[in-house]
Amino acid sequence: MADASTSSRGDLKLTRITKSYSDFNAVDDLSLTIKEGSFFALLGPSGCGKTTTLRMIAGLEEPTAGSIHIGTTDITTMKPYQRPVNTVFQNYALFPHLSIYENIAFGLRRRGIKDVKSAVDKALDLVELPHLADRKPNQLSGGQQQRIALARAIINRPALLLLDEPLGALDLKLRRQMQIELKWIQKEVGLTFVHVTHDQEEAMTMADTVALMHDGKIEQMGSPADLYDNPKSAFVANFLGQSNLIDGKIVDSDGDNFVVDLFGQKVSVLKSRSSAKDASVLFGIRPEKLRIQPSDADKPGNVLTGGRIVDVSYIGVSTQYQVEMPWGQEIMVFEQNDDGIPPLAKGDGVRLSWEPIFSFALDGHEDATAGSEVEVSE
Amino acid sequence: MAFLQAAARRANSFTGKRSRLPYLLLMPGMAFLSIFFILPILNLAATSTQSPAASGEVGSYVQTFKFSNYANAFLESREQFARSFIYATLATLLALAISYPLAYAIAFKSGRWKNLLVVLVVAPFFTSFLLRTIAWKQILGENGPVVGPLRALHIIGQQTTLTASAFAVVTGMTYNFLPFMTLPLYASLDRIDPRTLEAAGDLYANGFTTFRKVTFPLSLPGVVAGTLLTFIPAAGDYVNAAILGNPSTKMVGNVIDSRFFRIVDYPTAAALSFMLMAAILILITVYIRRSGTEELI
Amino acid sequence: MSTVEVPVPTLPFGKRFTRWFARNTIRIYAVVGFTYLFIPVLYTFAFSFNDSAKSNLTWVGFTFKNWQNPCGAPEVCNALGNSIRIGLIATTVATILGTMIAFALGRHRFRGRSATNTLIFLPMATPEVVLGASLLAMFLNFGINPGFWPTVIAHIMFCISFVVVTVKARIASLDPRLEQAAMDLYANERETFRRITLPLVAPGIAGAALLAFSLSFDDFIITNFNSGTINTFPKFVYVSAGRGIPAQANVVGSSMFFLALFIVLTGELIGRKKRKR
Repeated sequence: MADASTSSRGDLKLTRITKSYSDFNAVDDLSLTIKEGSFFALLGPSGCGKTTTLRMIAGLEEPTAGSIHIGTTDITTMKPYQRPVNTVFQNYALFPHLSIYENIAFGLRRRGIKDVKSAVDKALDLVELPHLADRKPNQLSGGQQQRIALARAIINRPALLLLDEPLGALDLKLRRQMQIELKWIQKEVGLTFVHVTHDQEEAMTMADTVALMHDGKIEQMGSPADLYDNPKSAFVANFLGQSNLIDGKIVDSDGDNFVVDLFGQKVSVLKSRSSAKDASVLFGIRPEKLRIQPSDADKPGNVLTGGRIVDVSYIGVSTQYQVEMPWGQEIMVFEQNDDGIPPLAKGDGVRLSWEPIFSFALDGHEDATAGSEVEVSE
Repeated sequence: MAFLQAAARRANSFTGKRSRLPYLLLMPGMAFLSIFFILPILNLAATSTQSPAASGEVGSYVQTFKFSNYANAFLESREQFARSFIYATLATLLALAISYPLAYAIAFKSGRWKNLLVVLVVAPFFTSFLLRTIAWKQILGENGPVVGPLRALHIIGQQTTLTASAFAVVTGMTYNFLPFMTLPLYASLDRIDPRTLEAAGDLYANGFTTFRKVTFPLSLPGVVAGTLLTFIPAAGDYVNAAILGNPSTKMVGNVIDSRFFRIVDYPTAAALSFMLMAAILILITVYIRRSGTEELI
Repeated sequence: MSTVEVPVPTLPFGKRFTRWFARNTIRIYAVVGFTYLFIPVLYTFAFSFNDSAKSNLTWVGFTFKNWQNPCGAPEVCNALGNSIRIGLIATTVATILGTMIAFALGRHRFRGRSATNTLIFLPMATPEVVLGASLLAMFLNFGINPGFWPTVIAHIMFCISFVVVTVKARIASLDPRLEQAAMDLYANERETFRRITLPLVAPGIAGAALLAFSLSFDDFIITNFNSGTINTFPKFVYVSAGRGIPAQANVVGSSMFFLALFIVLTGELIGRKKRKR
């Protein structure tokens, strides 16, 4: 059957994609380019539009506006079976009435390939389940089904492999193992992977590039390190890991740095790490970057004094402190337990310090809590 | 995420853009039903207002829009009408009383045998219902093993017969429609998560209260479906009345049948049929509205 | 320290019995209920062995000859043959038409959806007397005499609704993502239907066909109105009721029972084996 599956290769390009429903836009004027051969993650909370975007790439939904290209081929109006794209579904969607062998061979057969045996065997070897060829899907465990779903998609060597939260139903240990395996397989096979997930650790572990989505738009896109170390909005700062965001004002400029006034104390932030639009900023520093010392200690870097410990949690690897600052805000500090010094106690007065290169500044008019809410499931 | 996916499903389907496929699929079946269901019903409506032709030939009628046919038919057969509805109601209530504990037992107390028991409820159906009804007639009849002992124990008089009586008719109807009542009841009882009942117990409800406040309300859709599936055919039935009854237990169905085959009087038969149908439809609509389950199909 | 044997206190028998009875009331009731359901079936089966000449009203003696020669009584096999023929034709047509409607309702959006649903529901809500009588009246109006084909038509008519409801339920339980996965894997609409949708809906269609056949085979009222001189098995039983049904009819009835039971139980066992492996 003639189709685009072997003929078009290249970068995936979404141009101004919009998906509207009667009262809201699931995906809102979204544009992005995914480089061929990369592992790309679409990350975001429930309802941000990431799955809808994925389904539009697969052809299972039609965009209300915009276009989708693979290389130079416009696939926007193509039916799913015409696109060189395969999907690993969230619930695996293995065909219950076909054997594992037939499930995996399905795509090849539909494309008219007669001799499927060696390809299927290789696919089963890739996911390390060669002995399951004759079973039926309902006889397999969740992890096995997930790998078969992957084999079923990969065997077709699509230009793009889409994964819709494929690891969601697996338990923690299995999930970690699969994350490593998926990454390895992607490198082995060299396909472009587009992975949708709400688990930020998963995205950061596996992806070369991460796009964080929120309300149908991309908040920020870049390498995991990029997004984590240099967030450009409160949402990104809070969604990935945790951040302390403190209201402040830029009061001076000093070479490469801005000088920021935080409730009377002065700290600095690199101009290149500031997304502030005017003098009003949210000054950000991540908990693990903060060092906590008794009030009279003396360590280099930026400093905030006047803190008082209100909570201590010992978590084996680290100790978490909640420190109440003079202006009432509670700052989180994660200290690794790597120096043999016993943790400080509740009520102790402390000062916080950090390396200035770790701080960042956000537009002060943003909502400091964006991205940090706990999702109440629907 | 779930509501988004639901919205997506609503707004999108592969054949979403006005394709002709659904109409092509519907056409043969709906055409068939239109010709062989709607048309006959309309024809029946037309027949119900006809009068005997001047020629006096048996079976020939002319359209005269004689709406008094309805009044006449009703007056003539009001006894049978009433009887049909009374018997049907009795049979339905009895069927409900008998089926509910049975369905409950299958849904909650049967363990591994559940599916087998469901099959066994339907199994008697596989024997022709006429054979079963006649079997009852013979079991309850003069030569059967029931009448003798009952008379000997003076539970019934020496002259009373069990067959050829209203009692037999209602019993027969109840028996024949039991699967129609049991299956929907079972289906909706089976859907109840047993942990809901455990939760009720945890919250200080004893067995009976749990049933009253939790189990029964949750099984209402099944009760509604079952009573409808029983009442509707029961009201129009006449076979039970014919086999197990006597001339004084005639139901509307018997009258319609005889107006077609014995005393040829199509307009009356048609009028009776329509009144029966209308009465049933009205009852169904009221019943469904009151019990709040609009979607039965 | 030595252990002392303390006897476990037991309740008096009477109390234990009432406790057991209370807990198992429902189960006991179920046993009684099922027995009640099967009484006439057992009676029919028992009397199929009756050594009756003509009338099967009283027990004469035990014999196998009815089973050896089920067509011995006149009309039995003729009526049975007609019932089966009518049943097969009506089932086939009703299943095809009904399945098509079920797919239209279950997988497509279109105008007139609720009107269609109502039209499907109406025959099920109409008393059989009305269905049969109205159809007969219309046939007569058009000069068609009751007989074999009018009966087939009538059976198709009332079976369609049941097929639609059964198949629609099966379609509704089908995960749409399976069809999406098929299309994602290069199967176009027709191939998806042929290879994924149809095989998965097939059990529902089979169930609907079985239902339609049983409804058709067992139907009396509608058949009575529209069959004229053609004899069907239920008609034959009804008419012979006065004289006494020949034992051969009991043989037929019992055989149908065992056959249907066999089919359903086999289907169950196959289903169970599939799930367990």
